[in-house]
Amino acid sequence: MIPISWFLIVAAALFCIGLYGVLARKNAIAILMGVELMLNAVNINLLAFWRYWGVERVSGPVFVVIVLATAAAEVAVGLALIISAYRRRNTIAADEIDLLKG
Amino acid sequence: MTPVQLIFILAAAVVLGAAVMVVSSEKMLHSAFWLIVSLFGVAVLFVLLQAGFFAVIQVVVYIGAIAILVIFAVMLTRRVMDESGPQLTRWWWLGALAALGVYGILVVVLRSWAGFTTPIAEIPAGGQDIVRLLGIALISPNGYVLPFEVASILLLAALVGSIFIAWEKR
Repeated sequence: MIPISWFLIVAAALFCIGLYGVLARKNAIAILMGVELMLNAVNINLLAFWRYWGVERVSGPVFVVIVLATAAAEVAVGLALIISAYRRRNTIAADEIDLLKG
Repeated sequence: MTPVQLIFILAAAVVLGAAVMVVSSEKMLHSAFWLIVSLFGVAVLFVLLQAGFFAVIQVVVYIGAIAILVIFAVMLTRRVMDESGPQLTRWWWLGALAALGVYGILVVVLRSWAGFTTPIAEIPAGGQDIVRLLGIALISPNGYVLPFEVASILLLAALVGSIFIAWEKR
């Protein structure tokens, strides 16, 4: 009923919307949200390929679990860095944090 | 149009519409809430892929932890006055062009792939429950115990590291 192409197109569109969010936003947290959208697109792709091309294999869901855990770890560390940078510079616009020295 | 197709189209519209609102909202808190909506839509897509376990994991981990973390960070880094300034960089149109270009390349490459229109196949009856198989695979030495342990250590490192980075030195 639903060919795999529908899922792949939706995942590709979500990935590109996340890519635009990463490239075009000033706020560092907005960039992180774009990265989260891209990771969700990857998860949709992984599960679509698992469902349509190898339901008996378990490597698809394992990959999704690892991607999910890595995304959680990355968001935690990224937000800690942003909060720390905000405390020092009082800004989180990505184009205003451009000097290496504190 | 079968009901499943209708649900898919609705869920996809929610996902993509909310994602567009995430990247184009003026206020950061609105972006965070639209992200939650988009993640709910992705959970519905997981259910349509008969991966209900991952739909629940998505809601619990992504929405219940990651999105809440993002809202915390937005609240902690609020600039009182210039919240509603221009939220786009100077070359945002280049970013839009790059995103459209990548999308075009992806669609062209996918369409030229022979398996693009694969219809859905029935899950073979009598196959084992995917959650059980996943659990066994994550802890079996012939399976994926090594990536599982590495991911655990990664989470521990991220936990300790982010506490240390965000620690307020008095």
